[in-house]
Amino acid sequence: MKNEEMNEGKMTVIVQTIAALLFPLALIFSFYVIMHGHLTPGGGFQGGAIGASAVVLLIVAYGVKHVEEKMSEGGFSVFESLGGLIFVVVAIFGLFLATSFLANFLVNEPIFGKIPGWGESPLNSGGILPILNIAVGMKVIGGLSAVVLILALISREGEEK
Amino acid sequence: MNVMEHLPALIIAIPLLAAFLTPLVDKISKKVRNAVVFIALAATFILTIFLVQDVFENGIMIYVMGASNPTQTIPMQAAVPIRIVLEIDGLSAFMALISVLIALIGLIYSFSHVEERGGKFYTLFLLMLVGMLGMELTGDLFNLFVFLEIASIASAALITYEFKRGSTTEAALKYIVISSIAALFVLFAIGLLYGEYDLLNMAAIAKAIKITGLSNIDMIALILFFAAFAMKAGAAPMHMWMPDAYGEAPGAVSMVLIAVTQASLYALLRVCFTIYADSLHVVIPAAIIIFGLISIFIGVTMALIQDDIKRLIAYAAVAEVGYILLAIGVGLYGVLNNEVELYARKALQGGIFHIFNDILDIGLLFLVAGGIIYITKERNLNKLGGLAHSMKYTSILFLIGLAAVAGLPPMNGFASKIMIYESVYKVSPILSIVAILASIIMLAIFVKIFHSVFTGPKISEQKDVPKLMLASMIILAALIIFFGLFPDIIINNIVNPAVNALIENAAYISNVMG
Repeated sequence: MKNEEMNEGKMTVIVQTIAALLFPLALIFSFYVIMHGHLTPGGGFQGGAIGASAVVLLIVAYGVKHVEEKMSEGGFSVFESLGGLIFVVVAIFGLFLATSFLANFLVNEPIFGKIPGWGESPLNSGGILPILNIAVGMKVIGGLSAVVLILALISREGEEK
Repeated sequence: MNVMEHLPALIIAIPLLAAFLTPLVDKISKKVRNAVVFIALAATFILTIFLVQDVFENGIMIYVMGASNPTQTIPMQAAVPIRIVLEIDGLSAFMALISVLIALIGLIYSFSHVEERGGKFYTLFLLMLVGMLGMELTGDLFNLFVFLEIASIASAALITYEFKRGSTTEAALKYIVISSIAALFVLFAIGLLYGEYDLLNMAAIAKAIKITGLSNIDMIALILFFAAFAMKAGAAPMHMWMPDAYGEAPGAVSMVLIAVTQASLYALLRVCFTIYADSLHVVIPAAIIIFGLISIFIGVTMALIQDDIKRLIAYAAVAEVGYILLAIGVGLYGVLNNEVELYARKALQGGIFHIFNDILDIGLLFLVAGGIIYITKERNLNKLGGLAHSMKYTSILFLIGLAAVAGLPPMNGFASKIMIYESVYKVSPILSIVAILASIIMLAIFVKIFHSVFTGPKISEQKDVPKLMLASMIILAALIIFFGLFPDIIINNIVNPAVNALIENAAYISNVMG
């Protein structure tokens, strides 16, 4: 029975259970790094890479076949394109609603805080910055996960031959 | 909101938006997807024409990303430009016009046969255009690096798109390795300059170098920039990736790849003429001239012995890059020696004009070769033959491209090459002798192709290429003939602003630094 599971690229129950427990935690940490991007080190790319590493964890523990049934490469691609689309659309909104491309049009609105003066306390809400970070995060999670999934599928096919 | 003011940002933003939209629209309908891509590119083309007109009439255009005033480069509290600045002078506008025009023609060509998995093709195609446009419009060195990477990665993926042969993968791998090395060189050089001056803006760095003089670190950075951009521009002996990449890519992609290569050439010009300018040692123009001569020589001699049709044209493209480098090297030499009116202006006019002509001529040949491969599924010259019986229009278009590349009089290739011959003669007669000889060999090469592909008995029954393919080739051929018959119109209206931007770099600096 063990050999069959090994052949499918699965690992033992212990690893699978831990991976299942860690997966939501990794996603939450990823989201934290993305959302805090404008305040602390990190941001869309770093958070997105953490999110993609959660997908890698699932692939390692459960085998690529099982993961591919739940999340397809096409889905990741759509997610990635959406991320890119949100970024550009927000940037163009800056052009229409404010002064220039990528202008921070949400800043100085009631819930989004204001730009601090030179040397004042830090900005708690970055206006459009968290939105841009989310867009970059979506793009990185989608892109990196799709790449890892495809590489795993290709190497799996190679082993089967 | 005044659209004219935001043109530079829109020209980059619209293709980027379309690039991310296509994979989503692709899921709904192929026709809608094609329409979205075409409308986006056509809109970009129209906006680029407005931009070019504006820049040629009113001088340099500045756009600051995300600023409360898009034309204020230096924020209130700062002394130097901090934000990303797009700066468009005559040369940038000229290059942007070429890139968008060629991408539009390449797109029309691709519509005729790219259907399956097409969504990703168009995404990559648009990203490649975004990369080129970004490189050409930006005034910020780090931004230049980012767009260089975007263009390289998109092109590497496109090279492998149509043909699934081993050599195609090899070509793409070679391209991405060379591009990564070049990009790392550029990044390292930018790091050196940033460490020294705390600046990333090109105009600001140019001013700093002008004031403090050339330090050793500047020189190291210059060598790194020079090597990287010359490699990306395909100057022999660093051309080894070019025949592979051009030869293996799908027809339209080969043509647009020339524009990507020329974006790197533009970056080389920007570094030499704007950032370093008068502090350059005369070794740099000498090196450019030597690279040019080697490119011409290697290009034509290697083209002679090829039997793969696209690879042969790719080597001819290496030779064409050589002509541009030769003219630009002579121009830079003249500018540094204060002999602008004597020969440098003419050399630069010839070189810049030849940038446009190169992409039209070689592009047309690549499209014809792509069409032949699409119809016959055969790329070996020894196995092709008698195609003129069934592909009448294509063979006429090939003849036009042949005459243009070889520099025969009524075509555009002659108009720019005669300017190059005349001007480089004043530096050294040997230069123009090599250039003319190579042109003659080029004619021999292409007559050979024409003979082996189109003439002779009919081998098999074929139909002519699809209509859209033919339409895109006819647009190119019409431009070639128009440029050849009325070179003065093009030189006075499009080329001269670019040449002036190269010779007088003070305006580029003062528009940002005040």
